Amino acid sequence: MITDAAPIVTARVGHDDSHTLEGYLATGGYEGLRRALELGRDQVRAEVDAASLLGRGGAGFPAGRKWSMLGRADVTYLVVNGDESEPATFKDHLLVERDPHQVIEGATIAAYALGVAQAFVFCRGEFALGLERLTAAVNEAYAHGALGRSIFGSDFSLDLVIHPGAGAYICGEETALLESLEGKRGFPRIKPPYFPAAIGLYGAPTVVNNVETVSNLPWIVRHGGAAFAALGTGSSTGTRLFALSGHVRRPGWYELEMSKVTFRDLIFDPSLGGGLAEGRSLKAFIPGGVSAPWFGPEQLDLGLDQEAVGKAGSMLGSGSVVVMDDSTCVLRAAWRITRFFHRESCGQCTPCREGGGWLEKILRRLEEGGGREEDLDLLMDACDNIAPGVSWPPQQTTICVLGPSIPSSIASAVRMFRDELLLHVKEGGCPLRGAR
Amino acid sequence: MAHLDDETRRKALATVALYPERRSALIPLCHLAQAQDGWLTPEAMEDIAELVGVTPAEVRGTATFYDMLHTEPVGRYVVAVCTNIACMLSGAYETLEHAEERLGVHVGQTTEDGMFTLEDAECLAGCDKAPCIQVNHRFFGPVDPPALDRLVDDLASGALDEVVPPHGVLCRVERTVGLEAAGAAGVPAAEEAP
Repeated sequence: MITDAAPIVTARVGHDDSHTLEGYLATGGYEGLRRALELGRDQVRAEVDAASLLGRGGAGFPAGRKWSMLGRADVTYLVVNGDESEPATFKDHLLVERDPHQVIEGATIAAYALGVAQAFVFCRGEFALGLERLTAAVNEAYAHGALGRSIFGSDFSLDLVIHPGAGAYICGEETALLESLEGKRGFPRIKPPYFPAAIGLYGAPTVVNNVETVSNLPWIVRHGGAAFAALGTGSSTGTRLFALSGHVRRPGWYELEMSKVTFRDLIFDPSLGGGLAEGRSLKAFIPGGVSAPWFGPEQLDLGLDQEAVGKAGSMLGSGSVVVMDDSTCVLRAAWRITRFFHRESCGQCTPCREGGGWLEKILRRLEEGGGREEDLDLLMDACDNIAPGVSWPPQQTTICVLGPSIPSSIASAVRMFRDELLLHVKEGGCPLRGAR
Repeated sequence: MAHLDDETRRKALATVALYPERRSALIPLCHLAQAQDGWLTPEAMEDIAELVGVTPAEVRGTATFYDMLHTEPVGRYVVAVCTNIACMLSGAYETLEHAEERLGVHVGQTTEDGMFTLEDAECLAGCDKAPCIQVNHRFFGPVDPPALDRLVDDLASGALDEVVPPHGVLCRVERTVGLEAAGAAGVPAAEEAP
């Protein structure tokens, strides 16, 4: 056994009826909310501070600090971000479909701590089943007294609206999400202000928390922040839901204690990823969503730890790990990721809107055999115009971080696999065609 | 039927009432209109504009930003093949090419009989079942070329009618409680769920 920490957010997802109120109540559901109402707002906030819960959306910002940027009397809205669209990330998808009441209970605890009367769950539109289950759960929660007026007989009231997205990666960016929730195009807002805590939904102070982040709250309130902080090490506390995909035998989600498991464990352990297909070897892996710079086999022994991965030049990001074996054309992989960013650029900023398209075309030309040796420098030059210095974390020339995320995969491919890219030029096409 | 019918209008009014500001209902209303017609007709966009207090051009301008909202007719089944990184590594492009051959259309096109529209999707968050596909936003995976053939057969024969609702139908569950915004005025009382 890699770690014997009990699961927190996936404790009940194995049950067939985990999405129903009956199944939820039978497994401790809404006990956290009842406990929170007993403890009072200040004590709930103290527990969350003690837990050192980091946001699980991708940026890893401490949830407690997000809450305390303004006095709680000022916060008007809570928005739960369930617009999960970072490629290879599928944890929130699991949580809204398999445990929608946990999302609602977590949101309600957060709203109580913040003193908010109106909350929204922004659920990715493509999660049709998730939307149906969240809506059914809201109906059940109201009837149970866990939502609406005077929750469980207290003086706390909350309405929660399940809001469907309509298909746009950029709406995961919290200011774009708020624009979308206001019924507009998902255009990220100009910063400052950096946080919606200052100017959020309808211009009012707003806290935006990720689905997985709030899903941890019922457990934290029931067991105490100290019990949560006892899991993991350093600033990476608790457990985290990792999404493993690509060339592994057992792709899937794994909830693991933070920092106690290495990438090697996640990818190769028989109880986790189970290793690669027979005869294949590891070429590279992406440690935290496609915005993250890639790692090679030499980084396998790094822990799944936000700080450690950051120090090594990438990020744990959204907690999704993509494995590429030796049959992978890294140029094609970089092209597909770049194509994604180009398609999903909102179009406000020139470096992202135009640069993404140029990069996609150059990569495609190389892959199809029409490339030139100078194209590698051209790629890096265009990347430099989007994120000056092509460093990590990236410098920014754009309103949001979508643009500066484009260079990650390209710079990784050029730095780690320069010879393979040049072979595309020399051989007039992909040397790996037909490898798989 | 192009304008919102009585039933859709009833749902639309209930949805508008949930939000502190009615423009927030714009996208949910677009989904409701698509549930009625499969796509956003110009007449439906006029109705939505009136319901949320903007111009029809603002509705169109917003709708065209989003992948799920169609301002032109689509087939009865919108087949979206994810080709992003995790699915690509698992053979998504082979599945997509096979789908083009099998359906006789390119990405973005609809079959002549109006049954299938083929889309090349970005990551659908189904990477543990790569390559994954959504049909009218219901998940299938992993889908290799033989599985795609079976899926198309089952859709055409109606064998999946229970699983896959008509195109445009996003959420088959209706909210029945607290049907007005809390806003500053306070939270509505709970109503009995049926």
